[in-house]
Amino acid sequence: MPDVLVLVEHDGARVHKSTYELLTAARRLGDPVAVLVGAPGTAARLRESLARYGATRVYAAESTEAGEFVGSPAVDALYLAVRTVDPVAVLVSATTDGKEVAGRLAARLDTGLLTDAVDLDSSGTVTQIVFGGAYTTRSEVTHGIPVIALRPGSFDPEEHPGDAVEHALAVPPVDPAVSARVTARRAALAGDRPALTEASVVVSGGRGVAGADGFKVVEELADALRGAVGASRAAVDAGYYPHQYQVGQTGKSVSPQLYIALGISGAIQHLAGMQTSKTIVAVNKDPEAPVFGVADYGVVGDLFSVAPQLTREVAARRGGS
Amino acid sequence: MNIVVLVKQVPDTAAERTLTGTDHTLDRENSDLVLDEINERAAEEALTLKEENDAEVTVVSMGPDSALDAIRKVLAMGADRGIHVCDDRLRGADVVTTAKVLAAAVGTVTDVDLVLAGDAATDGQASAVPAMVAELLGLPQLTHVRELALDAGRVRAERETDSGEATLGAPLPALVSVTEKINEPRYPSFKGIMAAKKKPVATVGLDDLFPDADHAAFLVTRTRVVEAVPRPARAAGTVVTDDGSAARRLFDHLLAQKLL
Ligand SMILES: Cc1cc2nc3c(=O)[nH]c(=O)nc-3n(C[C@H](O)[C@H](O)[C@H](O)COP(=O)(O)OP(=O)(O)OC[C@H]3O[C@@H](n4cnc5c(N)ncnc54)[C@H](O)[C@@H]3O)c2cc1C
Repeated sequence: MPDVLVLVEHDGARVHKSTYELLTAARRLGDPVAVLVGAPGTAARLRESLARYGATRVYAAESTEAGEFVGSPAVDALYLAVRTVDPVAVLVSATTDGKEVAGRLAARLDTGLLTDAVDLDSSGTVTQIVFGGAYTTRSEVTHGIPVIALRPGSFDPEEHPGDAVEHALAVPPVDPAVSARVTARRAALAGDRPALTEASVVVSGGRGVAGADGFKVVEELADALRGAVGASRAAVDAGYYPHQYQVGQTGKSVSPQLYIALGISGAIQHLAGMQTSKTIVAVNKDPEAPVFGVADYGVVGDLFSVAPQLTREVAARRGGS
Repeated sequence: MNIVVLVKQVPDTAAERTLTGTDHTLDRENSDLVLDEINERAAEEALTLKEENDAEVTVVSMGPDSALDAIRKVLAMGADRGIHVCDDRLRGADVVTTAKVLAAAVGTVTDVDLVLAGDAATDGQASAVPAMVAELLGLPQLTHVRELALDAGRVRAERETDSGEATLGAPLPALVSVTEKINEPRYPSFKGIMAAKKKPVATVGLDDLFPDADHAAFLVTRTRVVEAVPRPARAAGTVVTDDGSAARRLFDHLLAQKLL
């Protein structure tokens, strides 16, 4: 079987779920080979988890400066790994960082890049959803090793236990003249909530939430449903919620099992980021709100009355079960 | 100091966007084209820096004839000159090609200190081109930036992504891509619009940027769309008006759908 490189996303202690999805997807094309960039000791900690999801080998580029630069350590490691194993494809998660790493790698290798894929077949042809859900396209790489960024949440991770031997990748040190250095970092304030693009439930608030305080109602419902919180651009622009939670054309694309829109009118640019959700629920005071045109279940009503009641119902069921 | 700002003309998202039946590329004839709004903010940032640092601002755009409108708009805002990359062979160019062509166009400007771009165009959504241009030019990449400062030959930036916020630093020259949070773009004045008509815009093609013709011919062919199918529009479902019991009914509905 040919090798398929998979870039590992992790926080030092745990592998991100999106990486297990990549390993699962990679098996359609060949043997998954994990490429890991991190502080010394990371590979030893994560190797077993990667092997459980099918990684046949782990190539580790470990250094103390791995986390200090944006993108470059991952691009350098993947580039060297491509040169070392000659894979049939490289898979990366289509996160903000992942898309840039994939792009830079493709540019450096001068090969075809396919981003934000939602599916992948054994010939390497990927499925993408473009123009805010208006079209489904299938694309292939016609030149070079395909570099593919897969949208998190598109694959169900499947265990495929085996052994994964660790190999060291001797990547030269990053050149600070061509790489931006991270001088301070503030973690996202997601707390215990699942990541927006990976969550199976997303509860989003819009301008109708009427303030940062009002977002408590959104957060409480999200927590009861063990989901993530999203926001419309109007809510973000008004300062109710941070930018990285914006859903839509210029924010995140999400495709959860359940999307609940609270006080969101349903502008085309918002719909672009959520209309591939399996089930959409909308609560809005205005019966004419365009969001009702895409909602499977719409409630014409005040979100400050409907959402807390729903939170209580859900909490009661969770408490009782 | 020399600043280059990369801008793109995109179909207005408020209008319907369609793909051509023949080669699955964007149907430009049937779209309203506008200067992408994040790029407008990148341009605004370039002009603010120009005022503070006495810089020369060059605006670069790749696209058909109509892309000249996007360039003129940035010139009207206050940029000094334009480079319009226009070549029929670039129709349907993929991201790698786009990045290579833009990098080559930036390479024609001498002594560039800073390249500015928007972090994601509203059409392609790849959100990778700025990082790729940085890679190809050998520049540090500072992407998804909501605050930017130049000082003593260095750039400092506040970056905001899903993994949190970070402060970045790099020596110039560097490439910076901005988010919607960075600023509010100015409106071109009447005087600016009149002045823009006289500002120089160089039109360049692939042969100018890549004198090696073989290379240019292969520029657009690394990926191929094999199929494009319009997705059925979502149909509206049940709508209930809240009389105090809607939350309960919604809960029952979610339960019945096995969503809880
Ligand atoms: C180029 C471009 C890109 C864009 N990208 C995005 C994007 O990525 N994401 C995005 O979301 N938008 C985006 N937009 C903005 C988009 O056009 C809309 O302006 C935005 O989505 C509106 O947000 P909203 O629905 O929260 O606000 P509004 O349109 O103001 O709607 C608020 C809604 O709340 C309802 N409401 C008020 N009070 C209550 C209450 N108590 N209970 C229930 N309902 C209530 C109102 O009836 C109303 O329908 C973009 C726009 C442009 C031009």
